[in-house]
Amino acid sequence: MEEKIKARVMDAGKIKRSLDRMTTEILERNRNLKNLVIVGIRTRGIYLGKRISQLIKELEKIEVPVGVLDITLYRDDFAELETQHMVQKTEIDFPISKKDVLLVDDVLFTGRTIRAAMDSLFDLGRPQSIQLLVLIDRGHRELPIRADYTGKVLPTSRREIVQVRLIEIDETDEVLITEPAKLE
Amino acid sequence: MRLLIKNGRVVDPSSGTDETMDILIDKGKIVDLKAKIESENAQVIDASRLVVAPGFIDMHTHLREPGQEDKEDIHTASLAAASGGFTSLCAMPNTHPANDNRGVTEYILSEASRRSRVNIFPIAAITKGLKGEELTDMADLISAGAVAFSDNGTCVQNSLVMRRALEYSNFLQAPIIDHCEDLSLSRDGLMHEGFSSHLFGLKGIPASAEDIMVARDIILAEAANARIHIAHLSTSGGVYFVREAKKRKVKVTAEVTPHHLILTDSALESYNTNLKVNPPLRGQDDVQALLDAVKEGVVDVFATDHAPHTAEEKDVEFDRAPCGIDGLETAVSLLLDKFVNKNIISLARFIEMFSTRPAQILGLKDKGRIAPGADADLTILNLHKEIVVDVHRFFSKSHNNPFHGWKLKGAPTMIIVNGKIVDPWS
Amino acid sequence: MLEFKQRHLLSIQNLDVSDIMAILDTAESLAEISTREVKKVPTLRGKTVVNLFFEPSTRTRSSFELAAKRLSADIINFSQQTSSVVKGETLKDTVLNLEAMNPDALIIRHSCSGAPYFVSTFCRSHVINAGDGSHEHPTQALLDAFTIRQQKKNFKNLRVVIVGDILHSRVARSNIFLLQKVGAQVILVGPPPLLPEEFKNFGTQISYDLDRALEGADVIMMLRIQKERQDANFFPSIREYRNLYCLTEKRYNLANKDAIIMHPGPINRGVEISSEMADSIKSVILKQVENGISIRMAVLYLLLGGKERETAD
Repeated sequence: MEEKIKARVMDAGKIKRSLDRMTTEILERNRNLKNLVIVGIRTRGIYLGKRISQLIKELEKIEVPVGVLDITLYRDDFAELETQHMVQKTEIDFPISKKDVLLVDDVLFTGRTIRAAMDSLFDLGRPQSIQLLVLIDRGHRELPIRADYTGKVLPTSRREIVQVRLIEIDETDEVLITEPAKLE
Repeated sequence: MRLLIKNGRVVDPSSGTDETMDILIDKGKIVDLKAKIESENAQVIDASRLVVAPGFIDMHTHLREPGQEDKEDIHTASLAAASGGFTSLCAMPNTHPANDNRGVTEYILSEASRRSRVNIFPIAAITKGLKGEELTDMADLISAGAVAFSDNGTCVQNSLVMRRALEYSNFLQAPIIDHCEDLSLSRDGLMHEGFSSHLFGLKGIPASAEDIMVARDIILAEAANARIHIAHLSTSGGVYFVREAKKRKVKVTAEVTPHHLILTDSALESYNTNLKVNPPLRGQDDVQALLDAVKEGVVDVFATDHAPHTAEEKDVEFDRAPCGIDGLETAVSLLLDKFVNKNIISLARFIEMFSTRPAQILGLKDKGRIAPGADADLTILNLHKEIVVDVHRFFSKSHNNPFHGWKLKGAPTMIIVNGKIVDPWS
Repeated sequence: MLEFKQRHLLSIQNLDVSDIMAILDTAESLAEISTREVKKVPTLRGKTVVNLFFEPSTRTRSSFELAAKRLSADIINFSQQTSSVVKGETLKDTVLNLEAMNPDALIIRHSCSGAPYFVSTFCRSHVINAGDGSHEHPTQALLDAFTIRQQKKNFKNLRVVIVGDILHSRVARSNIFLLQKVGAQVILVGPPPLLPEEFKNFGTQISYDLDRALEGADVIMMLRIQKERQDANFFPSIREYRNLYCLTEKRYNLANKDAIIMHPGPINRGVEISSEMADSIKSVILKQVENGISIRMAVLYLLLGGKERETAD
């Protein structure tokens, strides 16, 4: 599908500042950092989660473990997909029961991904609390889900696509709004 | 009512005839045959652009009557035969009860005279109950009307019994027709043993199961100076034995079915039970050997081995399906399309194998030839007619035929039996 | 996006390498579920799977059962003993009756080769072949490949020796097809009546001498030998078979260091494999069983997930 870039709403610098700010917020709210664990939702949530963990380590010298969550098996649209999603591994090597889990994802949209992520976490254990960190909140919620830490609130239309690109896999750090090109 | 067949291309291998001629028929016999015949009060049939041959005789049909009339009966088999271009059928004895006594032979003949549209010649059993142990009253069966003997369906395993059968039938001058199968080797087999059977995971029937019995029958026939006819020859090994035996002037003849000339074992990839036959579809080498044998004259006769089975019996897992192809209505077209129209087998040879030779082997002196005094049995063919095989329009009660949907060029258009046109649609 | 487009899993022959890899990769991701406390995900909730086993089997059947349950599908078990004199319902009628209950998948094990394919021609559900006659046992070959990949990482040029009653073995056939497709080298070993020459046409090597064949082997797959074959004179006696074809420690040492020992089970200790070898650390026989569940979960996930597709080839 051809896409047209409409706007570049964040560059590397803005992303860094957002992560720094959110890290400070996390440290303010979470007194017991030793009980904190980070779970990144595949795919870009993983890299954001790792960056947050790294920032916490630099500031407080505490290692917050990062796990990887694949929510394919918990999707609610499983029966309607035209083609299937490749299910990849969930890799959480630490127990999450009684822990404060920080769920990390790149874009918060309808809220269904987060609902699936929470169902999955509850199959893995019984967390003491779950907090949500997202880089972009683009609105259009279909479920009562909200983020605890938001990088940027971005009003969008439904047609638009928000693309987060991270240097770990995309060669650069930026956030773009794109639109499917009109058919000729 | 006299019948005058005009302008047909008359091909009669028994006299070497292949020319356009008129034929006059009266009271069931051919009365005149020449370039131009005029006759009053004769029904005229215009056979321009058609081939007129002596009526085709199928030496190998399973009528299923008495006993299995759900699959087929004498009447429906005769309609299938008529539609397929055959004027005579030989009925194999593996009915229920088996044709091993005069009563069954007479039953078949009397039912045929009432309900069959074509000629029926019973083949009686070699042994009682087809058990392979005790010979039947062969002379009695001949006098009842049987033309040959066979334990078809199965094979006499005991060589001594087979020896005695050959000696006895020789004295009666009736051929023994053998379905060659060593049951100890073929036991539980489902298809030809070879790479394909290993690929499909189906237990194989080795070629040796047939070859051993072909060789045995030839040896015994030679020793008894008796006639032996090998049913549905299917292997290159079998062809070799028959060829060598003919060189030694052993009185052996052989038949081949259309499916053994056209299909190979690799077709069973689909586990289509309509391809499950005995002897099984063999490999490419066997098919080639059979084709060469046809051209050389090592194989004498085309026969259908028409074996009807109900849909319920065939619509099951491969292992459980009975063997057989319902072949009367496709045999002639298949061979015309695949071999005659492609000039692989000559028209004369084709007709010889369907008509001249069967009549000779069975001793039917007035059949298999077109000449004044011969029976008025004719098969009229259109070499250019294009058909699409549709098993649902078969006259046979059963539809177990794997050629459904095949487009073929060449088909029978009419048969005349005992001087009367037989139209299966009426 | 995944490109797994099969409607049924009837044979390895019908799969291409990308299908096979999709199954193995999915199994790898799903394996983790069996290590959790709550060994369940909701993915196939509301789907119904029927185990239709016409041959006795506890192992494969319960493996499929667990796989379905771990994906939250409902599963029912139907077994029918078959004998050569079967009276009663035909296979077709049995399946049509089951279909009236709207299952999503039928897992079929049958003694007739081609039976699952036959069923797929008239039923609406997805069909999974759990073993048909001597023809194929696709999930076994897939779990074997998965196990090999876990241990050896790469298939290319791996030397795999398969030993036993090749002629009657659906496990052997499926493995031959799969291993050939992924580039491994397959050597078949067995007594001549159970290993006809034509098997060379599969692209494998054949050998009647186990000691020679083991040289350089990376994977040794032993197949179960059945007593009925002895009764049919395929080999003279168990004693003779054992002397020639049993995997003993001495024979194992002829293979490559770190060669792995496999067996689809159930094993005949002391016949095709010695107890020491079955229990040795190089044996992955129990891993195969564990992997069977992940593979069967992957197969169910890939077939039943997503929109109902039109029949693929």
